[in-house]
Amino acid sequence: MRREPPQTLGDYSPLLFPAAMLTIFFVVPFGTMIAVSFFQRQQGGFYTPAFVYDNYARFLSAFFGGVLGFSLMLAIAVAICCVVLALPFTYLLTRMARSVQVVWLVALLSVLSLSEVIIGFAWSTLFSRTAGITNILVALGLMSEAKALTPSFAAVLTGMVYQAFPYTVLVLFPALVRLDPTLTEAARTLGASPLKAFFTVVVPALRNTITATLIMVFIFALGSYLLPQLLGRPQHWTLSVLITDQAIYQSNMPFAAAMAVFLVLVTLGLVALTVIAGRKGEAA
Amino acid sequence: MTSVFRKFYFFVVALFLALPLIVVAGVSVNQKQTLAFPPEGFSASWYGEIFLNPEWRNALVASVTLALLSAALAVAIALPLAWFLWRRVAPWANIFQLLGVAPFTLPPVITALGLLTFWATAGFYGQPWTAVVSHAIFFVTLPLVTLSLGFTSIDRSLVEAAATMGADDRKIFRTIVLPLILPYIVSGYAFAFVLSLNEYIVAYMTVGFTMETLPIKIFNALRYGYTPTMASVTILFVTTAAIIFGLVARFGDLPKLLGAMSSDGK
Repeated sequence: MRREPPQTLGDYSPLLFPAAMLTIFFVVPFGTMIAVSFFQRQQGGFYTPAFVYDNYARFLSAFFGGVLGFSLMLAIAVAICCVVLALPFTYLLTRMARSVQVVWLVALLSVLSLSEVIIGFAWSTLFSRTAGITNILVALGLMSEAKALTPSFAAVLTGMVYQAFPYTVLVLFPALVRLDPTLTEAARTLGASPLKAFFTVVVPALRNTITATLIMVFIFALGSYLLPQLLGRPQHWTLSVLITDQAIYQSNMPFAAAMAVFLVLVTLGLVALTVIAGRKGEAA
Repeated sequence: MTSVFRKFYFFVVALFLALPLIVVAGVSVNQKQTLAFPPEGFSASWYGEIFLNPEWRNALVASVTLALLSAALAVAIALPLAWFLWRRVAPWANIFQLLGVAPFTLPPVITALGLLTFWATAGFYGQPWTAVVSHAIFFVTLPLVTLSLGFTSIDRSLVEAAATMGADDRKIFRTIVLPLILPYIVSGYAFAFVLSLNEYIVAYMTVGFTMETLPIKIFNALRYGYTPTMASVTILFVTTAAIIFGLVARFGDLPKLLGAMSSDGK
């Protein structure tokens, strides 16, 4: 059956349910959130319809500027760590036997699907004094006594890299599978070492993919809301944590909504960049 | 790259991914209620606790129910949409494809907050079914992407032949399209199920004060200190995810499924 334009109104009927669901439960909530971001906050967690910029204005303080700066910096650090770790890994993975690939993919998906709560709990256990990694170091004689490694910035970063690493591999996987193996073979035949072939052939050929992946992992990391709370100190809190905090504990919905709208704008800008990077990749 | 380097690199990555889980598995079998590794004594009672302690059991039941229902609803939204986009030429309908992918692409806290303001405004805040709808919208991306991929792999000449022999759309769907697309429905459902089981922020913002799912229960328990049940639940979850994804890999083409998922996600 060829694809054809819908002839009668009845031909549209399959679209009815999905369109209604997505409109009512995604578009409308999104609009509600934007509307609330302009509302006036009342005492006691209520808010009244209004059209004020206060919530956005409040955002322009040094404190929230600092939080935003920290969130962006943390997400960039996570994105760079993940891509640096995942690129050679994914490249080697795509060159392995299919059955080995499948085992790794199952493992990566299992870790990726883990709740942030669980990842946070697992790493705080691993970094704890009584059950943590330092006990192993003590047993090996490398440290004199066990100590807690959390809360700290390094703990937050490790937890977030752990969370985003499987995602990075899965984003890189399709591009690396499609990479023409004769490219590296040619480089090898001409006498390049495997390492040199990787850096002079594979990495430049994937320049656009790497850019797009960096941005996608960055957005992914920007969404982390529990790990900074579970593994870090309050100064390690990100925008996502603050939004949750304002909405739930401070009962300031308009301000939380304003921050969320701002986060959407940052994200959308980056998605646009990803699309442009992708287009360039196709053209090349 | 030399195979020694490769083996070492893969070993380090495997260790990084497995280490937290190994430690958690270790503490989950501690005899007493202490956070100790290596475990002191051995006891499987913390696994029994998930099913015997009413609080944990209720959270487990809530989580599984939520995941079963929301994944089904997500498939029910994605299937007609993906079918329509495959069957018809209607470029403007792609906007719904975009809407289906958006909640998963944006930081989750945004979808969560949008749904919170929406349910609060509509007056349904805190009702259990709102969590089902919220999760279905949040995870509709997964069946949508697997199904879109599934439809592109259907040979159109099969459908053409059936149409020539007089079968109508409904009959073609039931006898040809549905059997071919079934593996993709199952994997889309499986992805949505596992992720819904683990989801925290959307569930917390929509029904966090009236209902406890397992991730919410773990987080709440963490604030009051440590109990080994968290560790046993963690291991239960990882095992469940690994079994489900293992089954998807066993009966489907996982590399292909992931190859298209990520390129569509861009």
